[in-house]
Amino acid sequence: MSTSTPGWVPRKRRGAELFLMTIAVTIAIFAYVSVGLGTSGTVPAGAFKLAAAVVVVAFATTFVVRKLAPYADPVLLPLVVCLNGLGLAMIYRIDQDCPNSIFCLGGNYEPLANAQLMWTGFGLVAFVGVLFVVTDHRLLQRFTYLAGLAAIVLLVLPLLPVIGENIRGARIWISIGPFSFQPGEAAKICLAIFFAGYLVRHKDALALAGRRILNIDLPRGRDLGPILAGWLISIGILVFQRDLGSSLLFFGLFVVMLYIATERPGWLVVGGGLFVVGAYFGYLRFGHVRTRFDAWLDPFGDPDANSQLISSLYGLAHGGLLGRGLGQGSPELTPFSFSDFIIGSMGEELGLAGLMAILLIYGLIVERGLRIALTCRDAFGKLLAAGLAVSFALQVFVVVGGVTRLIPLTGLTTPFLAQGGSSIVMNWAVMALLLRISDQTRRPAPEVSTIQSDEETQVVKLG
Amino acid sequence: MNKPIRNLAVACLVLFLALLVNVNYVQFVQADDLNSKEGNRRVNDEQFSRDRGPILVAGEPIALSVNSDDQYKYQRTYPKGELYAHVTGYFSYDYGRGPIDGNGDGPVEYAENAVLSGSDDRLFVNRVVDLLSNKQHAGGSVELTLDPLAQKTAAEGLAALGKKTTGAVAAINPQTGEILAMVSQPSYDPNQLASHDFAAVREAITALNDDEDKPLLNRATQQILPPGSTFKLVTAAAALENDVVDGPGDEVKGGRSLSFPGMTYQLVNENGSSCGGDPISFTRALSVSCNVSFGDLAGKIGQDDLAEQAAKFGFGADLLAGLPYNASHFTLDDEQLEPNLLAQSGIGQYNVAATPLQMAVVAGGIANHGEVMVPYLIKTVRSPSYTVLEQAEPKTFSQAMSRHNADILRDMMVDVVRSGTATSARINGVEVGGKTGTAQSTQDRPPYAWFVAFAPADDPAVAVAVVIESSDTARNEIAGGRLAGPIAKSVMEAVLSR
Repeated sequence: MSTSTPGWVPRKRRGAELFLMTIAVTIAIFAYVSVGLGTSGTVPAGAFKLAAAVVVVAFATTFVVRKLAPYADPVLLPLVVCLNGLGLAMIYRIDQDCPNSIFCLGGNYEPLANAQLMWTGFGLVAFVGVLFVVTDHRLLQRFTYLAGLAAIVLLVLPLLPVIGENIRGARIWISIGPFSFQPGEAAKICLAIFFAGYLVRHKDALALAGRRILNIDLPRGRDLGPILAGWLISIGILVFQRDLGSSLLFFGLFVVMLYIATERPGWLVVGGGLFVVGAYFGYLRFGHVRTRFDAWLDPFGDPDANSQLISSLYGLAHGGLLGRGLGQGSPELTPFSFSDFIIGSMGEELGLAGLMAILLIYGLIVERGLRIALTCRDAFGKLLAAGLAVSFALQVFVVVGGVTRLIPLTGLTTPFLAQGGSSIVMNWAVMALLLRISDQTRRPAPEVSTIQSDEETQVVKLG
Repeated sequence: MNKPIRNLAVACLVLFLALLVNVNYVQFVQADDLNSKEGNRRVNDEQFSRDRGPILVAGEPIALSVNSDDQYKYQRTYPKGELYAHVTGYFSYDYGRGPIDGNGDGPVEYAENAVLSGSDDRLFVNRVVDLLSNKQHAGGSVELTLDPLAQKTAAEGLAALGKKTTGAVAAINPQTGEILAMVSQPSYDPNQLASHDFAAVREAITALNDDEDKPLLNRATQQILPPGSTFKLVTAAAALENDVVDGPGDEVKGGRSLSFPGMTYQLVNENGSSCGGDPISFTRALSVSCNVSFGDLAGKIGQDDLAEQAAKFGFGADLLAGLPYNASHFTLDDEQLEPNLLAQSGIGQYNVAATPLQMAVVAGGIANHGEVMVPYLIKTVRSPSYTVLEQAEPKTFSQAMSRHNADILRDMMVDVVRSGTATSARINGVEVGGKTGTAQSTQDRPPYAWFVAFAPADDPAVAVAVVIESSDTARNEIAGGRLAGPIAKSVMEAVLSR
């Protein structure tokens, strides 16, 4: 065999994907039916049509993957479909009770499941679109600085007058006509591309060790520029947009990718130090940061102000081990039970068992993402995949940890579960990128010599 | 670049493990704690959607859950409303089960919540069976000792004195301690507070809390007032027990006033009477309720022995464990009484204060040959399938007096009703013992009218205490016998008519 071919030839495993997809779709459809049975005792009207549509769309998607990325990771897509389906079922479930609850948008709640279904459709379009347009992830490296510029523009957009919108104290929305969008979600992808491209180019300089303190090689002072820039951007988000979660996420993404690129743990130390400084600054300077922190330490100290977190905890406790069952809990008592606190709703109705299953699905997505990064053969793809996977993990940790009071609450969306168009579309795009990288990675090397095979054929014929 | 990625994979694993451990902590370890927090709407909702067990009096429910067609499956109703309000308490959404007193006790809805709601440990098997058969699990029932006719009669008696009248009636069975009647006026309608119209409930509870007459207070067990002359029974018991007097015919000091060495203060009788001479017989002293006699006796008995006698009757003790009750007291803290104050205490003034239930227990103890029974309200606790979980047994609180002395005092009380100040409690054909009381509080408010009684004397079936705190009656009209006596009489008749 030629030395250029890998020692193993990956199988496409599209059959496995189809099998897993069947399970994922079944879970989603059963969840939807279960909501109907739990709330009104009947199978929801049109369940059959919807189920048929879901089956068609899901299997069409696997077909597209089969065509566009035949060697892509077979597990990711079913995991994501399962999460997305559960999220839709939960939003549909909350639609049943929220319109009568004063805790949902102050009593002005309109059903959201249809919109979410529509956004999921857009998400699938984005997914297919990315797979179709980005035929090789290395093409993205060409757009390193463009991506960086795009990220900054996207981040600045909500601060502009007219289109920028201040919702619940955070200025992270833009609205054009009837559509509201959180550009931060798109900025995350752009930033990951930018960081990956930038770091591939500059990693050698950044990897040069400076001083060595306590067995850790700290970077040279002059190389601190990029990390300081990343830090300042994050602080800027915190200051101008008052978005603690995104600030943390972007900075974490940057530090982690820096660490991967340079293999110098010193960057983690510097990043961690800067994070502590930023967090302390935020605590001193911003009332909302301090409120969140105090609410985390002692939510019952001020039950009126922390009623949302408390209600979420009550919901989790009420759910117990096995949950109340879909449609039989009271998620409508928690404000934003359909978006920021959807994990609380899941825990209440699906119980500890269901919530742990959801966390394991998230964990598997991260694991597949990191595995793609490990097996990827080019530095850019490695960095990009690892960056996307780790930022996904960070995001899940920050939002789930916040809702379950492991860490202070910060506003980040729960990927694929929470109601919200931008989040779902962009996360589908992220999955498309990961699948594209994995397809590239697992695909057998094309330069298998045909001459060699001819010789072999001849040998066989002669024998 | 694979080493950092591997390290990060481990870091992500740690993050997810932290999340998993944390949700286990919240949903499993912390869950019970969170579920029992005040104001947890989910638990409240669940309890509102549950078939809460009834509270029964003589087999009839005084609190029960009926099907409701609004957002909750059941509506808690109190068919007799105000009549049993202080016994049942209320079951409200925003205000929980209450009212809860300063000691953390509440009425039956609160005290027996575990059984009523079905969450009691003894109902575990029922819950499992209900879970398996997919039935809503129901609560157990609580049967009370109350006598419906006595309760009704007592409430009507108080109501007949006018709406402005505040007062209470407590009646017990002296031989068992069963509480037969427990009425406090003014009362409230627990149905209002159990309503699913939460705004109306909020309004109602605010009005009740702002009401000067404190309708939520159970005056029969929570309001301690100077017992006045009814406390002379305790002083008389102490005199007999400590051999200060030996029998009803013994002579005690009478006359118009009692002086104290070195003081200008004199203890006088009601309306300046002379009690019919000096000395007078012990029987007569009780019969005319002579302040001078009992003030003098208190001095001879001494503070310690008198306090001890009061304690044997239940002063200072929580007579109604688990339910709202304020202990009666003979003195405040450990004060040492000057002779004049000891004399005043001996006639139920100064810092002596007792609940109506306490005074019913005193009368009952005397009638029951000196054996004081612990009063109780909850007779039987049953599971939803009517299995008895708990059956109350009569318990002796103390032997407050010797049988001999108790019978002497009992006969003296019978004499008070036959020919003394308590004639208003006479019942044809039944030997009734009783004692009036009129306690001064401050000059600017009317005195408290007391009446304690028992019947029949030879085989006591009921002991009752009535207190009228204030009423529309003119000040000089207020005397225990006139206002409270007829109520005590009708309550006893009600019990005896069974």
